[in-house]
Amino acid sequence: MNAPESLPRWSRAGSSRVPFWAYTDPQLYREELEKIFYGPHWCYVGLEIEVPKVGDYRLTWVGERSVILVRDRVAPKDRGTDTGIRVVENRCAHRGVRFCQQPHGNARSFVCPYHQWTYKLNGELAGLPFKEGVPAVDAAGQPCVQGGMPADFDVKQHGLRQLRVAVLHGLVFATFSDEAEPLEEYLGPQILPWLDRIFSGRQLTLLGYNRQRIPGNWKLMMENIKDPYHPGLLHTWFVTFGLWRADQKSRMVMDAQGRHAVMISRRNEGGENKAVTQGVTSFKADMALNDTRLLDVVPEPWWKVPDPANPGTDIMPSVTMITLFPSLIIQQQVNSLSTRHIVPRGEGEFDFVWTHFGFADDSEEMTRRRLRQANLFGPAGFVSADDGEVIQFSQDGFRQWGEDGETLCELGGTDTQGTEHMVTETLIRSMYAYWRKVMGA
Amino acid sequence: MNRDELLLQLEIDQLNARYAAALDERRFDDWPAFFLEDGRYTVQARENFDRGLPLALIALESRGMMKDRVYGITQTIFHGPYYTRHVLSPAQLLSPEGERIRAQTHYAVFRTRPGDASEVYNVGRYIDEIVRTPEGLKFARRTCVYDSEMILNSLIYPI
Repeated sequence: MNAPESLPRWSRAGSSRVPFWAYTDPQLYREELEKIFYGPHWCYVGLEIEVPKVGDYRLTWVGERSVILVRDRVAPKDRGTDTGIRVVENRCAHRGVRFCQQPHGNARSFVCPYHQWTYKLNGELAGLPFKEGVPAVDAAGQPCVQGGMPADFDVKQHGLRQLRVAVLHGLVFATFSDEAEPLEEYLGPQILPWLDRIFSGRQLTLLGYNRQRIPGNWKLMMENIKDPYHPGLLHTWFVTFGLWRADQKSRMVMDAQGRHAVMISRRNEGGENKAVTQGVTSFKADMALNDTRLLDVVPEPWWKVPDPANPGTDIMPSVTMITLFPSLIIQQQVNSLSTRHIVPRGEGEFDFVWTHFGFADDSEEMTRRRLRQANLFGPAGFVSADDGEVIQFSQDGFRQWGEDGETLCELGGTDTQGTEHMVTETLIRSMYAYWRKVMGA
Repeated sequence: MNRDELLLQLEIDQLNARYAAALDERRFDDWPAFFLEDGRYTVQARENFDRGLPLALIALESRGMMKDRVYGITQTIFHGPYYTRHVLSPAQLLSPEGERIRAQTHYAVFRTRPGDASEVYNVGRYIDEIVRTPEGLKFARRTCVYDSEMILNSLIYPI
């Protein structure tokens, strides 16, 4: 009979050419789920503020697995060390039912409707009907017990699958793996200062969600936000209004493993600069907004931080795009803030969930400004709508050609170093160098 | 429903028919004129609307912003081409607020891309505040609350 097909192998050294099969092979995708999403990696599942009260829960995803993010009671002795945040798999230990169907709510316990197995908020099995059997009277008229679970049935062994959970600055991560290193080590000292800059010591407020389904491989979304080359070319608003383009002071940062990254840049005034606008058809020299409130940017004090790379000096970026492998993007683009969660759905499709947030001490004007600038982002955004579209067309291109095609990511060379400019595809190369290691490809 | 209400409903149905035709016939430049100068146009996911979360998919607060959106959809946002087709229910009059007429209308918008079958693109309801002006009925506010849990990749043209 047919032997299982072995994975195609990367045909050359380095990671500057990505084979099309990395995006189109369904068997490879199943392995990615196991080795990446369910392996020793931390996956983002949501924000702590989404479940503010004990019993508050929401459904979310780790890879293709539905999980429940819930706030549990905390024993008085554990206050200070236990956040109370739990993540359990949405799959009944009895017959495998994905029992929780309400996207969010408040619960005292979780009950599978099929046979009423009941779980505590932390996933432990609290009880099940007829565990001790049903008292009855036998044919001889003697009391007896019918059925019930075997005497050695141990409720402790049959809870929901509990994930390891780590909360950093209100961002909740979970992993199925016992081997994943502690979250802060996983993220690494190069990345942490950029998370601190946005989140440290601040209470978040939830502004809302946007959701889109993009017919492309999940890695294309990560690449899109590790690719500083395209924004000043694809996105008219970025090049015309100076929000992101190649003549800005910029830096590309990655962790020691090359899997996470930060694209850091500082806005300039936009307008004509032949070095970066000549021949760029998306640049619109005469474009002016009819209503400038759409781009009413007000710098915020927290933008300015000590420069992690140059002790003794400050840095004040207007934009940081953080990619945390495998499934989270954190965006600060001027006054707009969001997390973007990648939920893979097969090799050729993913859902992209945007959660916009602000800070509890924002003035009403600042909240309104963040909401106005949200018009730039998301599935209908002046700049982001085209990202989903090009991802779809990339996937279409890979699919039509077949396995021996490859993409070319050699802007700025073939190495995987950080840079002090944005004219580079180094962050894509570094992610694939790591991916090759994990996938054994 | 009395005769005046019935006439008003028909008038709003006609407004909606003209609005849908402008979009489906791609006369986007005509679109901002359906609104007051400081009219508001919002497209918002039902989950945000129901939970009182303020984020919208599109939130425009003036004809000027609508013109900027039209420039975006015709000149700056790169996307696969498509047609829309709006199918609307009769308007349901809601209790007015001062001078403002309030109404709700269900919509289904289908998308057709070149070479493809038509697909259900966005389904929801308009919640409208309408003002009578010398130029006819204008939207002070049109909020499109969509049921669809997922935007099919992108949403470019107005709903």
